[in-house]
Amino acid sequence: MDKKLYGLMAEFDSATELVDAARATRDAGYRKTDAFSPFPIHDIDEALGIKRSILPVLVFFGGITGLLLGISLQVFVHYIDYPLNIGGRPYLSWISFVPPAYELTILLAGFTAVFGMLFLNGLPRPYHPVFNVPRFALATREKFFLLIESADEIYDYDDTKGFLEGLKPQEVFDVEE
Amino acid sequence: MAKDLKQIHEKIYPPMVEGEHTLATVSDKIGDVTLKKKTPWHWFVGFGISFMVAQLLLFSVVTLLAKGIGIWGNNQPVGWAFDIINFVWWIGIGHAGTLISAILLLLNQKWRTSINRFAEAMTLFAVACAAMFPLLHTGRPWLAAYWLFPYPNTMGIWPQFRSPLIWDVFAVSTYATISLLFWYVGLIPDLATLRDRAKNKVFKFFYAALSWGWRGSARHWHRYEIAYLLLAGISTPLVLSVHSIVSFDFSVSQVPGWHATIFPPYFVAGAIFAGFAMVLILCIPLRVWYNMKDFITDTHLVYMGKVMLATGLIVVYGYAMEAYFGWYSSSQYEVFMVKNRIWEGPYWWSYWLLIICNGLSIQLLWFKRFRESPFWLFMISIVVSIGMWLERFVIIVTSLNRDFLPSSWAMYSPTMFDWSMFVGTIGFFFTLLYLFVRFLPVISIFEVRTLLPEANVHGHQQDFEENVLEVEYTYERTDPPNKEDAES
Repeated sequence: MDKKLYGLMAEFDSATELVDAARATRDAGYRKTDAFSPFPIHDIDEALGIKRSILPVLVFFGGITGLLLGISLQVFVHYIDYPLNIGGRPYLSWISFVPPAYELTILLAGFTAVFGMLFLNGLPRPYHPVFNVPRFALATREKFFLLIESADEIYDYDDTKGFLEGLKPQEVFDVEE
Repeated sequence: MAKDLKQIHEKIYPPMVEGEHTLATVSDKIGDVTLKKKTPWHWFVGFGISFMVAQLLLFSVVTLLAKGIGIWGNNQPVGWAFDIINFVWWIGIGHAGTLISAILLLLNQKWRTSINRFAEAMTLFAVACAAMFPLLHTGRPWLAAYWLFPYPNTMGIWPQFRSPLIWDVFAVSTYATISLLFWYVGLIPDLATLRDRAKNKVFKFFYAALSWGWRGSARHWHRYEIAYLLLAGISTPLVLSVHSIVSFDFSVSQVPGWHATIFPPYFVAGAIFAGFAMVLILCIPLRVWYNMKDFITDTHLVYMGKVMLATGLIVVYGYAMEAYFGWYSSSQYEVFMVKNRIWEGPYWWSYWLLIICNGLSIQLLWFKRFRESPFWLFMISIVVSIGMWLERFVIIVTSLNRDFLPSSWAMYSPTMFDWSMFVGTIGFFFTLLYLFVRFLPVISIFEVRTLLPEANVHGHQQDFEENVLEVEYTYERTDPPNKEDAES
């Protein structure tokens, strides 16, 4: 125990075991936890106490920004900066401004959805302590992992390790910093 | 009793993954296509041919830039010809990819899962081919930046936002960008799978760099799923708008045969029709060559055949309405256009070929025998692809070659360069597809995992089969139980 540990990690064989273990971990009072799985599991959100992300709100405002940008760009070009009589139409022929504004709404909403998701997830992040566990390579294939960080308030190496072992995992690993 | 119910259930919801598969075998089977050392010989043959054909594109583009668009057959009055025909054709093909990835996701259609990845790739490559045509039709694409995009330039001029051509620029560039993002977001978890499985150092680095350190954390998955759903939500109106705007290029003008309100829905249906034909053309050989029949099952092909039939019938309705509008308008130019297009004009044969390809050939899909035979589906898809190309030829050339003034009538015929550029883009498209199949997972691995029984938490699947199913069917409900509700 010379090296400082990032946390402890338990390996499970199935999604059901992972969700049960996550629920038990939360009931035991652990808060700085995370679960890793090869596909999204819906029950895990509730088991780990993950709050609903703010992402949809961001995307909404991203879309609104795109809409306003689209309208103001076209109004500026055709009404303020360079009014040009085209087929006798009014300078503010807003109906013909709809398609570009519509597309820009979608474009900016899409950018917010993707880059917002990556930003909130803290990606790209090529290095992370969990990658130090060799078995963790299976998290993207078929195995399920539960992590308790050493930063957790009630974390204690021996107690936590005992607790994780009590959850009947395949194995418990030390995650090096 | 329970067994009968299970059979009924399987009839309504055929399994989307066949054979005995687990989380591990799914990952290995799809991942091995790219990671296995030996690339099959047919890949080299196919890639080689595609790459050679793609050289035609290079040759045509270089000649075009050196000599100008005079090397094409475009003339007055047929100022738009192969360039816009091919543009609309390619863009239309792309639409099926977005339909599969976005609209079918929102409609909770599980069969989209194993075909969405390469359908999206198809979209991207088709849009790349499409974008080349209008850009090269400008003759000087390097100047197109200020013609097309609103940036403050030293000349103080702006694009004309009241023009459908500028709407098209916005629609197509947004479409390309969002399709790329959607595709890439879907790839991230699978790239992480490949990263963790790759033995080769170069490949490992390549996948590690592309997967951005994805580690499958529950918090990440939570936001990921929200982002994916939102992208599907915004792609749906996007894909419908793109081909509507493409149709505005025609319908906003005054040309008889173009100026019709039916154009947007009719174009969108045609796009999906053509796109599903292309998806079938690609996935029927793919599932055989790469032994993916467990994931792209016969059920998938049947479903795609049905979508093709439905959208094809909408398109045929569009043809009928076009002729009806022309007659009902009682405008002499519109009436003349209909006659000119269908029997009096010099291009009458193209109209009837179109009806045979798009109208008659799909009628075979009413019959189980044809719908369930990959061979016939493949043949019908090829015929439909030709038919959809002819549709644009008919709309564009027959409308333009005899317009308002008989003194300006002229015939159009494509030159060698029109053909070489078109064929070149087909080579380019297949070159990109071959590279995609070689280096990226062709089927979404993590989404296929969610189709497996192992993905169900707390044995909900068993509960469902034993209890819910029985209750639902005992009471003879007409609507089948929603599988999703029972699981979550």
